[in-house]
Amino acid sequence: MSKKILIADDEQNIVISIDFLLRREGFEVLVAGDGEEALAKVRAEKPDLVLLDVMMPKMNGFDVCQALRADPELSATRILMLTAKGRDTEVSKGLGLGADGYMTKPFSTKELLAEVRKLLET
Amino acid sequence: MKATRQLYRAAALAGLFVLAVVIAATALMWATEADGSGGGWSAEARIFTLVLLTLIASGGAYRVIAGWYARYVNAPLRMAEDLAAVTTHSGLRLPEAATPELRALGQAANHLLAARDALEHDVAEREREARASLEEERSRLAALMADLSQSVVVCNLDGRVLLYNQRAKQELSAGPAGSNVELLGLGRSIYTVFDRALIEHALERLQSASRDEPGVDRKKLLGSAQFVTATRAGRLMRAHMSPVLGRDGQPGAQVAGRSITGFVLVLDDVTSTNERHARRDALIQSLIEGGRGPLGSLRAAAEMLSDFSDMQAQQRDRFLGVIRDEASALSAQFEAAAAAFSNDLRERWLLEEILGAELIEVVARRIAECGNSGQQRLAVKPEHIDEGLWLRVDTFGLLQALSYLALRLQDEYEVREVRLSLQRSGHLAQLDLYWTGTFLNNEAAMIWLQDPMNIGSESSPLSVVDVIERCNGEIWFQRERVSHRAFFRTMLPAAEAPKDLPRAIVSAAEGERPEFYDFDIFHWSGGSHELDDRPLAELSYTVFDTETTGLEPSAGDEIIQIGATRIVNRRLLRHECFDQLVDPKRPLSQQSIKVHGITREVLSGQPVIATVLPTFHAFCADTVLVGHNAAFDMRFLQMKERQSGVRFDHPVLDTLLLSAVLQPNQNTHRLEAIAERLGVSVFGRHTALGDAMVTGEVFLKMLPLLAEMGITTLRQAREASERTFHARLRY
Repeated sequence: MSKKILIADDEQNIVISIDFLLRREGFEVLVAGDGEEALAKVRAEKPDLVLLDVMMPKMNGFDVCQALRADPELSATRILMLTAKGRDTEVSKGLGLGADGYMTKPFSTKELLAEVRKLLET
Repeated sequence: MKATRQLYRAAALAGLFVLAVVIAATALMWATEADGSGGGWSAEARIFTLVLLTLIASGGAYRVIAGWYARYVNAPLRMAEDLAAVTTHSGLRLPEAATPELRALGQAANHLLAARDALEHDVAEREREARASLEEERSRLAALMADLSQSVVVCNLDGRVLLYNQRAKQELSAGPAGSNVELLGLGRSIYTVFDRALIEHALERLQSASRDEPGVDRKKLLGSAQFVTATRAGRLMRAHMSPVLGRDGQPGAQVAGRSITGFVLVLDDVTSTNERHARRDALIQSLIEGGRGPLGSLRAAAEMLSDFSDMQAQQRDRFLGVIRDEASALSAQFEAAAAAFSNDLRERWLLEEILGAELIEVVARRIAECGNSGQQRLAVKPEHIDEGLWLRVDTFGLLQALSYLALRLQDEYEVREVRLSLQRSGHLAQLDLYWTGTFLNNEAAMIWLQDPMNIGSESSPLSVVDVIERCNGEIWFQRERVSHRAFFRTMLPAAEAPKDLPRAIVSAAEGERPEFYDFDIFHWSGGSHELDDRPLAELSYTVFDTETTGLEPSAGDEIIQIGATRIVNRRLLRHECFDQLVDPKRPLSQQSIKVHGITREVLSGQPVIATVLPTFHAFCADTVLVGHNAAFDMRFLQMKERQSGVRFDHPVLDTLLLSAVLQPNQNTHRLEAIAERLGVSVFGRHTALGDAMVTGEVFLKMLPLLAEMGITTLRQAREASERTFHARLRY
């Protein structure tokens, strides 16, 4: 069974590429355009991995991350945060709130793929 | 010869008087003897005549003795008082006495005084010559200080101001909304201007940074400390603090065998710099962080195009579209940034290095101070502190942010104990404020972090997040379910330890004191001592006077003018005055207008007493009040306590009572009379400020006279005043 991945990002231009890439690699891909939608889709679809952008309308990535980690049923969901801010302090905040990995834009799609595979194997 | 003749005359008069009495008595007796039965004189008539004769004789004797008393006892006593007064100040002479003997004595004394004055003049002349070169250096210093675009304030270790320049007065005396409340003045506490914890913390850092280097050549190091803080008027000041060295100071604060006796604050207004800085920061941030999204999309699309060249034409067009969109969005962003950035090229940092452990210490102290004002105490415990960790932060902002969070926990969740920890985490520093037990939800925590901060009476337009972002850090709230601990965690960039810069040690020159600085206050002891046992010469005084609509405060008379000046270290500070007209909101009597010359028209539009008194109260802070017939003015002030919300419970000295202590035999203790006796020239009487000035001069002249009587402390002066007051009441 193919793994299910949710892309939560309001930037359509990056979603196009990641969506295309992950589908080509044989994953089942879902897309959410803001934080609330992302949270709803995770609860409904139980994806294996969430690619979570920090800067999103309605609810930011940190809050979504915190909400997901507060729910024991979703403890198996892996979270990879994507951010357009590159500060170390922000990275440590994401990890502190329970994210499993962190990537800063602009990232290499190869590295993204490698990180996705690593998170889904463990 | 003359004196001998007078003696003969007095002896002859006394002889004649006794002879007259004896003859009268003999005549009476003879009249009785002449007729055995008693003659024409009855016994009663004889007794009556005898009594009458005795009375006349006694009356005559009394008059003569009273005359002699006034002439030979009272007059010399008065002369002694005059002499005591004139000997303390040069240029004064005894007035012409009424009797020739005292005139002679007075002339002799005046010759002596003249000789002494000549000698004093001679000494003063030599002193003046010796001081001339010193004065030149001093005026250079004063000119330099006046020209500085920075504010300079010098304080002793107790925070008392010893020196300031004009710029400092302008910048630091301003209250909120442009009001001028004269917060800065000689001998005043710097803590009325700046937060005490902030200054004391900087001072501690100064002391720990200033030390003897234990190396071979024993380098003498003088450290300095920096901080950024806000004035009452809301201006942001960057302060540079360096130590002043002297021979005697507190033990423990020693540098190269000399101790730290005070500190110099050089202040820069960085409000505008800071605004510019914030603007530029935002710009760079928008460039870097705003660029990441478009770049990420560009890169991903480009990689897709090159990695999967087999894709369909429709898909390829979508990726090409992404590249075109993002590239033009990035170009527009760069254009905007370039246009905005050209105005702000200069760089100035607001952040400063501080040892993390020191920061935690001052945060803990501040939280404890603020948190103990209420009924419940808030305990603060530092734990797991990395002693060698340096931070580069806005110290004061961070201090406010952490205090604000801790106090809100205490106020809204009744948290009794918070802990602080500071640990290294890679090249970041992890600063935690944590507590156990009390439940706080994420939403509330989020709001706390984003609300503007309010700490007691202090409020800041910034939120905790603003402050932490300024320090290039992040803050968040988190709970640990297992340990029931909750914490606000702050991640900050760690910094390099700064290096000490050696600086030459320069000692201050001695000499005459221009009015706006006074190094002698260095010798003052801490304000915690009871004022009562402090020497009179060391105390600061506010000399004041009021003009009123009439003489009866209880019948509705009101203050219409308050004038005051300050005495610090035995000098009248003519430039630090308080001069305010007050609208009494009631008509003036014609009589009072005759006294003070102030009319209704002048007063309309002036502030009312309830707004003037709090400002005047601030002007009087930490001083002893001095007035002429002060009881009168104090009654007016005390009548207004409820209305103005301030209490004038300062110690009070009254020049009228002190004059009675010094010169109990004088007939009058009116201000003009005392001024004349002490050689003070009177000008501008019956304006409140003019009278306050005269009272101040008089008070200064009284200090050495009081010292001669053994009255040197405030307690002694008050007790002596009290005794005369009661004595005067009795007559």
